[in-house]
Amino acid sequence: MKGLPPVLITAIVLVAGFALCALQFPNIASTRVVGNLLTDNAFLGIVATGMTFVIISGGIDLSVGSVIGFTTVFVALAIERWGVPPLVAFVAILALSAAFGAAMGAIIHVFDLPPFIVTLAGMFLARGASFLLSTESVPITAPVYSTVSDFALRMPGGGRLTAIAIIMLAIVIGGVLLLRLTRFGANVYALGGGRATASLMGVAVGKMTVKIYMLSSLLAGIAGIVFSFYTSAGYSLSAVGVELDSIAAVVIGGTLLTGGQGSVIGTFLGVLIQGMIQTYINFDGTLSSWWTKIATGVLLFAFIALQQGLVALARRPAAKRAGAVS
Amino acid sequence: MTALLPRRGLAQILALIVILAVDRVVSPQFFDLRLQDGRLFGSLIDVLNRGTPVALLSLGMVLVIATRGIDLSVGAVMAICGAIAASLADSHSLPVVLAAALGAGLVCGLWNGFLVAVLGMQPIVATLILMVAGRGIAQLITEGRIVTFSSPDLVWLGNGAILGVPVPIEIALGMLILTGAVVRGSALGLLIEATGGNARASELAGVGTRAMILAVYVWCGVCAALAGVIAAADIMGADANNAGLWLELDAILAVVIGGTSLFGGRFSLVLAVLGALIIQTMNTGILLSGYPPEFNLLVKAVVVLAVLLLQSPKLSGFAGIMARLRRTKP
Repeated sequence: MKGLPPVLITAIVLVAGFALCALQFPNIASTRVVGNLLTDNAFLGIVATGMTFVIISGGIDLSVGSVIGFTTVFVALAIERWGVPPLVAFVAILALSAAFGAAMGAIIHVFDLPPFIVTLAGMFLARGASFLLSTESVPITAPVYSTVSDFALRMPGGGRLTAIAIIMLAIVIGGVLLLRLTRFGANVYALGGGRATASLMGVAVGKMTVKIYMLSSLLAGIAGIVFSFYTSAGYSLSAVGVELDSIAAVVIGGTLLTGGQGSVIGTFLGVLIQGMIQTYINFDGTLSSWWTKIATGVLLFAFIALQQGLVALARRPAAKRAGAVS
Repeated sequence: MTALLPRRGLAQILALIVILAVDRVVSPQFFDLRLQDGRLFGSLIDVLNRGTPVALLSLGMVLVIATRGIDLSVGAVMAICGAIAASLADSHSLPVVLAAALGAGLVCGLWNGFLVAVLGMQPIVATLILMVAGRGIAQLITEGRIVTFSSPDLVWLGNGAILGVPVPIEIALGMLILTGAVVRGSALGLLIEATGGNARASELAGVGTRAMILAVYVWCGVCAALAGVIAAADIMGADANNAGLWLELDAILAVVIGGTSLFGGRFSLVLAVLGALIIQTMNTGILLSGYPPEFNLLVKAVVVLAVLLLQSPKLSGFAGIMARLRRTKP
């Protein structure tokens, strides 16, 4: 329940922002726009779900954008050049990205290194590997791709809930359940509260670290497949900077960057807020897309400052009591 | 104590020599220098010249990392300051342009320092804000275009030469000497190391840790601004999208290669700059050898991992044995 207030604030920001947008451009309040928003941000929602787990556990994963890039190139080449059936290619890349994440988690745990720098190396490695595979954009023409792109559930009001949006929603729901209802989820929170404490409580810290980074990379792999559906191509420079977008979404969603607190739902709302800003800028037409970055930066600052304030408030009575005793 | 080059620099110097030797094998003319139009040319000068932005960034970054911090925004600050310099260059004199660009870098550094020192945010997060928003701000300044200029003064800053040596190299060397004199000529360096070693203990011992942290981020911002101006002067234009892109990672890598621990504490300015040169020598070597430049990222990833594993606390037992062996030898 402690995670509720920040999430509530995120929800209020989203609703208020959406209301403001709708006031200025009444057309925004349609299922068509909402459907597009979900489709455009499907890959971000999936990566950010994985990032939520990592950040709640007290870590960070900077490699996700590169893993997405690598996945799109690998899938495109496997299907188009090497003649591998799409499903086999998907399974192969998911296994590969999971192994990649597990390796990073293992290095972080075994050598006791900061996750930030290990995943940075992972980011170089994955991006470099995708450059090696191909520096050109490889179009994908497999029939599966057109089938999936064409598939959509009609929503009332003419909106289309596309297949990739459905995949994203399913993963978000799965993430919520995994974090809230399973032992794994409880252990993630425990790790974020303190590694030593968690270890004393009987959490297998090493195994958990490996599993958490494995999950993050696996979801990045799925996001990469979704991204290749979205663009029908594989390109080694795709999804540059997505790691920052997803960290921003997680923070705006009320997850504490020091770990120990947060929720997948909040992250989902954070992704929607970013999507909303983008939609507003598209509707306005005169604003340039770089305003998205500035607005994200401002929101990021506002939410971190808010967290800092909340944490300070929470500590104050405890500090006073301690002061009185000594 | 005042020696700028401690004994622990041996590994870095050896690494640089090995890479230089490999470059010599790959490209036999690597060490050739020739004087043309009053300026030296050659692969070595090229390495120094191209390494300048990262060397400047690493000068600021090493101080930040010594306080146990990190500055992810230096690339974005480069873009902002390059954009400011480029858009003012043709209408204002060089001192005004420089003052505006460096002033902007100072403000950026002050912002980061304020978030970390006063609001108590984690450095990664605090500087992430400017990293995300900074490129947007740079785009705002250039209005989304690539701003070009023809002011001979600013162009000279990127392409000119004094006594045959390109100006950027001299600026970087000057900054290294200036930073070294300020930091090692006074107790400042020691206080910064104390802050990184244990901020709370230093605070209790009377070190103004907040002022230290604020100061290193400001200096990092100024160094990034200078790097941004030089990068803009080099290409005679400012590209808000690509200026300084990913250079924050190169700067961190340079500092790590230079043996400064990411956990704060002891640092070395000279070795950080040497780290930047090692990276650039590697880059140039890969280019000269005819491999696609895409190999750069892979090689960097392997180097980061190798250096990290050597620095790992878990392997410090091994390092301790090595140190003891070295002590008993002479």
